[in-house]
Amino acid sequence: MNTKLVYFAWVRERIGKGEEEIELPAGVVTVRDLLNHLKTLGDEYENALQFPEVIRVAINQEHVEHSEKIAGAREIGIFPPMTGG
Amino acid sequence: MVTVAPRIRVQSQDFDLQAEIDALTAGRRDIGAVVTFTGLCRDEQGALSALELEHYPGMAEAEMLRIGKLAIERFSLLGLAAVHRYGKIRPGENIVLVIAAAPHRQAAFDGANFMMDFLKTSAPFWKKEHGADGSQGDWVSAKDVDDAAREKWK
Repeated sequence: MNTKLVYFAWVRERIGKGEEEIELPAGVVTVRDLLNHLKTLGDEYENALQFPEVIRVAINQEHVEHSEKIAGAREIGIFPPMTGG
Repeated sequence: MVTVAPRIRVQSQDFDLQAEIDALTAGRRDIGAVVTFTGLCRDEQGALSALELEHYPGMAEAEMLRIGKLAIERFSLLGLAAVHRYGKIRPGENIVLVIAAAPHRQAAFDGANFMMDFLKTSAPFWKKEHGADGSQGDWVSAKDVDDAAREKWK
């Protein structure tokens, strides 16, 4: 099953696209696993996610911790800390 | 007492402060205090020509709604509205509006303050700076002071 990934702000700019659908390898269980997997997909991903500890993630449009399991996620948002208001 | 629902909007166009207050207070006789906060784009001593606001459509509204419900419950608000703009915003223009209504002033002040502190750190919006010299600047960095402001409500 494919999972939709959406990127925002400098994560989007560095990866070079706003969204994509990817098939997750079997070993990818948590958000942390996903970020580590994405870093292997190319220089642009490595550049965007080189400091994964600052990256924020939302599953189905709700904030989650990096330890959260991603099974069943329809949409995963990956973005920098927020600066609105 | 029936709990009110937050009035949340995310839009590119400007908002009218008085119209938003009127929508919150129309027909009400129990509201004794209305506090409003408006965030504007400043020019950073002439260095900035515009801010570009990016948002996560759907989640931005959902997150503002979640925060708004928390504020209404925690401070027993009689009304709460929040409008956040996106797109290119120039110095002097509005970015964000929060209105809190309550029977007395303290809850209205606290409700608006709480809403803004959480909105800044949890609602998925990002600011990019455009320089007055035509340069496309950097993304604004998140500030520790904003995280600290949120922590005080724990």
